[in-house]
Amino acid sequence: MCLAIPGQIVEAQEINGMRFATVRFGGVTRQACLDFVPEAQCGDYVIVHVGFAISLVDAEEAERTYRLLEEMEALEEEPGAPEAELGKDGG
Amino acid sequence: MKYLDEYRDPALARRLVAEIRRSVTRPWVLMEICGGQTHTLVKYGIEELLGSQIELVHGPGCPVCVTPLEIVDKAIAIASIPEVIFVSYGDMLRVPGSHSDLFRVKAAGGDVRIAYSPMDALRLARENPQRPVVFFAVGFETTAPANSTAVWQAKREGLRNFSMLVSHVLVPPAIRLLLEQSANRVQGFIAPGHVCTVMGYEEYEELARRYKVPFVVGGFEPLDLLEAILLLVRQLEEGRAQVENQYVRSVSRGGNEAARRRMMEVFEVVDRNWRGIGPIAQSGYRLRPEYAAFDAEKIFGVETISAPEPPECISALVLQGLKKPVDCPMFGTRCTPATPMGAPMVSSEGACAAYYQYRRHAAPPGAQT
Repeated sequence: MCLAIPGQIVEAQEINGMRFATVRFGGVTRQACLDFVPEAQCGDYVIVHVGFAISLVDAEEAERTYRLLEEMEALEEEPGAPEAELGKDGG
Repeated sequence: MKYLDEYRDPALARRLVAEIRRSVTRPWVLMEICGGQTHTLVKYGIEELLGSQIELVHGPGCPVCVTPLEIVDKAIAIASIPEVIFVSYGDMLRVPGSHSDLFRVKAAGGDVRIAYSPMDALRLARENPQRPVVFFAVGFETTAPANSTAVWQAKREGLRNFSMLVSHVLVPPAIRLLLEQSANRVQGFIAPGHVCTVMGYEEYEELARRYKVPFVVGGFEPLDLLEAILLLVRQLEEGRAQVENQYVRSVSRGGNEAARRRMMEVFEVVDRNWRGIGPIAQSGYRLRPEYAAFDAEKIFGVETISAPEPPECISALVLQGLKKPVDCPMFGTRCTPATPMGAPMVSSEGACAAYYQYRRHAAPPGAQT
């Protein structure tokens, strides 16, 4: 129910006194209300829930956390640890 | 898709799993609140990857599941009125009421329509000025800004044929209830990322302080959830009980103020009944008196409808994390997504439906040696 997905604003327009945008999600576009992200501009990514953008994706933060995750790859790895022990946790 | 695909990277997921397993020294019970997170965890089999020390229990964060029977009965009563156009999110149509559901009302000729957004209902009201259009406004804090905006805009436009059946619920009062129960086993929570996108997480800081349990605000993709679990495990192992934010790309501590302002202009906090759980004080929203002209319960006189819950469904215990769906004798036999006995089997985000879809062929607990 609280499903919300990130999409990119391709066009903004005003309808019935409210600001709406055409937002592209992969190959699909939908209309979303921009009332709650007044600062959003064309090209920005917004997280959309039931036809409303509820946040502007913080590109810098997304980049930073993803880099931190990637850096974990450099950590010493226990080869095959999760897979090898899967069987014994089964029940 | 950007901001989705990279958070499903299997190589990174394996590193996170390894790191979680390295960090755990004793058993911990964690709960995710949100049904969307439940769906991801079960779909990707994340609990099975984590090892036997970490148990994930699934919280009451599926608004479809916790919408009380009496509200479903009210929806059915209103939708059955011949001139009414009744508009709902799709998930609510199959939720069983006392004697029927909205799909059956539709099959019997009722004008029940599925909407993606509350603004679709508003459009229907504009296009059908002679007919009452009623929107079934369910949801948590994530959905409240959108639903409230539909009423707010209807008032601005003077749309007299638009109204709303409101059954909004709030997450923190339900967590508080769980934590105050003597049977509570949950030691750490993944806080719901989209609820916190709207509300921020100051409320959760208060809960963490008061009950000395850690919270990590988490996203919805496998890497988000694995990272949230890792942060929670580290807190628990180090004896910390703080609120950390894993879902920083969407959530700030203060949340979305514009969204909150809109919903508080339209809604006010009220006691709500939760299906499977019962009444929780100050746990939901209703329309403010200024919006009484848009209140479908008043307009259609259904305020007095009440309904007792069927006793055999164990959804109450499932929604509180005390039982798993597979512990129910009806699971997968009398109760399936095609013939749901209780709400968690109805919504794809309900714990029972997620287990049925992804895990019904898995051996029951204790079956292996």
